[in-house]
Amino acid sequence: MSGKRQFRIWRGDESGGDLQDYMVEVNEGEVVLDVIHRLQATDAPDLACRWNCKAGKCGSCSMEINGKPRLGCMTRMSTFGDDETVTVTPLRTFPIIRDLVTDVSFNYEKARETPAFAPPADVAPGDYRMQQVDVERSQEFRKCIECFLCQTVCHVIRDHEENKQAFSGPRYFIRAAELDMHPLDARTDRKEYAQAEQGLGFCNITKCCTEVCPEHIKITDNGIIPMKERVVDRRYDPLVWLGSKIFRRGETPQTSVTTARQGSATPGSARGGVHSHAGGSHDSQAEAQAQSGVNWHREVPHPTAPAVDDRGKLPLTELTFDRAAAPSPFGDDVTFPLPPEHLNFAHPEQDNKH
Amino acid sequence: MTTTTRIERHHYDVVVIGAGGAGLRAAIEARLAGKKTAIISKSLFGKAHTVMAEGGAAAAMGNVNSRDNWQVHFRDTMRGGKFLNNFRMAELHAKESPQRIWELETYGALFDRTKDGKISQRNFGGHEYPRLAHVGDRTGLELIRTLQQKIVSLQQEDQREFGSYDARIRVFSETTITELLLDGDRVAGAFGYYRESGEFILFEAPAVVLATGGVGRSYKVTSNSWEYTGDGHALALRAGATLINMEFLQFHPTGMVWPPSVKGILVTESVRGDGGVLKNSDGKRFMFDYVPDVFRKQYAETEEEADRWYTDPDNNRRPPELLPRDEVARAINSEVKAGRGSPAGGVFLDIASRRSADEIRRRLPSMYHQFKELADVDITAEPMEVGPTCHYVMGGVEVDPDSGAAFGHVRGLFAAGEVSGGMHGSNRLGGNSLSDLLVFGKRAGGHAASYADGLTARPKVAVDEVEAAVETALAPLQRDTGENPYTLQQDLQVVMGDLVGIIRREGELADALVRLAELRERVAKVSAAGGRRYNPGWHLALDLRNMLVVSECTAKAALERQESRGGHTREDYPAMEPKWRQVNLVCALDGDTVQLTRKPLPKMRPELIGLFDRAELAKYLTDEEIADFDALVADAGEADNR
Repeated sequence: MSGKRQFRIWRGDESGGDLQDYMVEVNEGEVVLDVIHRLQATDAPDLACRWNCKAGKCGSCSMEINGKPRLGCMTRMSTFGDDETVTVTPLRTFPIIRDLVTDVSFNYEKARETPAFAPPADVAPGDYRMQQVDVERSQEFRKCIECFLCQTVCHVIRDHEENKQAFSGPRYFIRAAELDMHPLDARTDRKEYAQAEQGLGFCNITKCCTEVCPEHIKITDNGIIPMKERVVDRRYDPLVWLGSKIFRRGETPQTSVTTARQGSATPGSARGGVHSHAGGSHDSQAEAQAQSGVNWHREVPHPTAPAVDDRGKLPLTELTFDRAAAPSPFGDDVTFPLPPEHLNFAHPEQDNKH
Repeated sequence: MTTTTRIERHHYDVVVIGAGGAGLRAAIEARLAGKKTAIISKSLFGKAHTVMAEGGAAAAMGNVNSRDNWQVHFRDTMRGGKFLNNFRMAELHAKESPQRIWELETYGALFDRTKDGKISQRNFGGHEYPRLAHVGDRTGLELIRTLQQKIVSLQQEDQREFGSYDARIRVFSETTITELLLDGDRVAGAFGYYRESGEFILFEAPAVVLATGGVGRSYKVTSNSWEYTGDGHALALRAGATLINMEFLQFHPTGMVWPPSVKGILVTESVRGDGGVLKNSDGKRFMFDYVPDVFRKQYAETEEEADRWYTDPDNNRRPPELLPRDEVARAINSEVKAGRGSPAGGVFLDIASRRSADEIRRRLPSMYHQFKELADVDITAEPMEVGPTCHYVMGGVEVDPDSGAAFGHVRGLFAAGEVSGGMHGSNRLGGNSLSDLLVFGKRAGGHAASYADGLTARPKVAVDEVEAAVETALAPLQRDTGENPYTLQQDLQVVMGDLVGIIRREGELADALVRLAELRERVAKVSAAGGRRYNPGWHLALDLRNMLVVSECTAKAALERQESRGGHTREDYPAMEPKWRQVNLVCALDGDTVQLTRKPLPKMRPELIGLFDRAELAKYLTDEEIADFDALVADAGEADNR
């Protein structure tokens, strides 16, 4: 099957460009990246293209081949018809630098915003003990080679630049999932963080990310959906809430993500105030009084109204709604269980402690 | 011209060149020591060649076999390197690797586990006990990702404290350093360019850590990525440091040479163990012609006998395809040079005609899937084309074993990882490279930080040196009469692959030096088409001179060392020579030319040499050294009796 083949490659930079036609020799057993290398060595020495290992292990040569996000080193020429034109374009979701090279710094920024692994305080190096079955769940996500194909294919940001601020993308959802499932990670708010800060709610599980993953990581089934399910459980399930009240009585009730952020200052906390607990007065004096007893004069702000559709009703399914899972009747900014300092309630034994 | 060239300037305490395992570990250490640290990455952050390491990281933790300890690991390492290793580096490596691996767990690494929940360890060639901490076959990726994420976590700390992620540690991705700048004999900074924009960048820093990896791109068939152009080796030479052991390169005898999509990828030895045979272009099973006399008794003389061995190994002798690695390599090399090679310059490894497709798939599942997925090559249907593949360079910057500080006449320069030399001697054990990165990365980073602390005044970058660096960097773009860099690289790869490859001969090495000298002239006149913005042709043109000078070091040292040892095989001197074990060949740069000097190896401390059997040492040491050893043992015996 050696012979000349028609390639159309996007050439240009941030100011614009177009598809250019090349006739290039293709030999048996070659992949798209081989053909690009041949072009560099012959017709187009300055054709810009990233690559490193050429063995599907580093995730550098991401490109869109006939419209589909692929690794150039893993796309065999034999998968195309003999007279099929192969069109190669840069990743669409990220700004162009030149030719097939895009500015993927969006991903590195999101990586920096995702809180790092929190080592358990009382376990010395060398004393970590974990079972294989427990580490395997996270190991699946750690197979990620950061090719960012899942990021470029995700429709939440692919054609919606405006969502990039609030949405981290599948790569960082599985990073959160990986840490959430890490047997010894000391943080307990990974799911809540994904929901509140990474924009997990934008994802409506079309599974495009899973489909393009060259490592065959089940991004949606094993990463995103379990996190969505559990974050929903915690936020909306009254039984979970009641259980936590009964079984954890006497302990510090579980805090939700927004209060945890105040203590441990995760990146993004500068934007604090976007989310609030129902009843949070943001009045430090009143808060202090609330801590020590009943404050009947505390002004409780009105909670946000629930998200309703244009008929004024709660939408029944997420299919007809603009976010995942049913909305809370208490408003989207309320997380349960409520922090105790936001309740106008005093425990009968509270005074004895002081 | 320079007045119109914009140069971005940065001040750092420590600049780490290279963002693989060693570079990232060094940067973490320098940052933890409170130094303002820059990491220079030739590609994107987290893509370094370290991700290719599959086997694991060797560390004597004793999780699987509790008899393992640092002494055993030390012994294995010295044996693997044929006693040419710098003993102190091998000692530090064996002692410190367990801590470095455990430390990774506190950064979030998830290794495979034993039943009792500890880090699992696997067997590997040359290691006496199961010793390699691993994560399936992607240990290198785990290591890079873990260090990358640790750096992110340090940046998050800085963000909380100073309001900027980049306050104390910053990654400059897709940035290449072309020159180290000196103030007298002290490192003053590093000059380079952003690959994306082509803009120049100048780092003013008193301490530089080299962690640039290896040199494999100078070879036609290699498992190494494009980044492996010997940048650190060349930067060190030009700054006045020295290289040692450059003649030692690790080749695998059977790497794929065709199709191009899998060129360089290793074909495991078990293909031959499970019935695969080597054939030349005449279809002849040629290994029978290459059985050396010393092995004749153990190996079959006829194809019939060899074929019976697979099912009845007790009553038949082994097929000659299973001769030691260098014998197989020598045979392949001879066939190819005699004109009986495959079209792509290898030989045929045929298992397809000898085993059923089902059986091949069952016995070699990962080989089958790897080639099917990467190249659509069906190893059950057709023979593979294989030949020697360049894999790893043992040689590198000559360093102080404890601090990683470069020898020669330069101060403030440190090196760690594949770019440094000495640790692995003449041959590296599988699994020792990943732990090498961590142990000596940490040491180099820490010592670079304390070196920067100890300075009373910061060295200054001279303006004319920067101007010269700018001029050198722009030259290929301004010429349009020179050759295409890709052609030059191919020619260099042919010279190195054919003449300074796995099997070496005096005449060929001398010829190689002549051709390298010719190439030097041509490389000096290389021209690159296009502009400065992400122009791979220009980037390659700048890398070429590094590849060339490092290739000269390898060829010169290979010509000088008249013996065969580890990763250096001379057909005209096939035996290991104890006299040569006492010698390191040291390369330095005098003006433009590579100077070679002989330097005695440091002498092993008594308690370390005492770890070995006399019978084993006798294979490596000279008679005088053995006499010293006997005296030492006698002294120790007397001391015990008293």
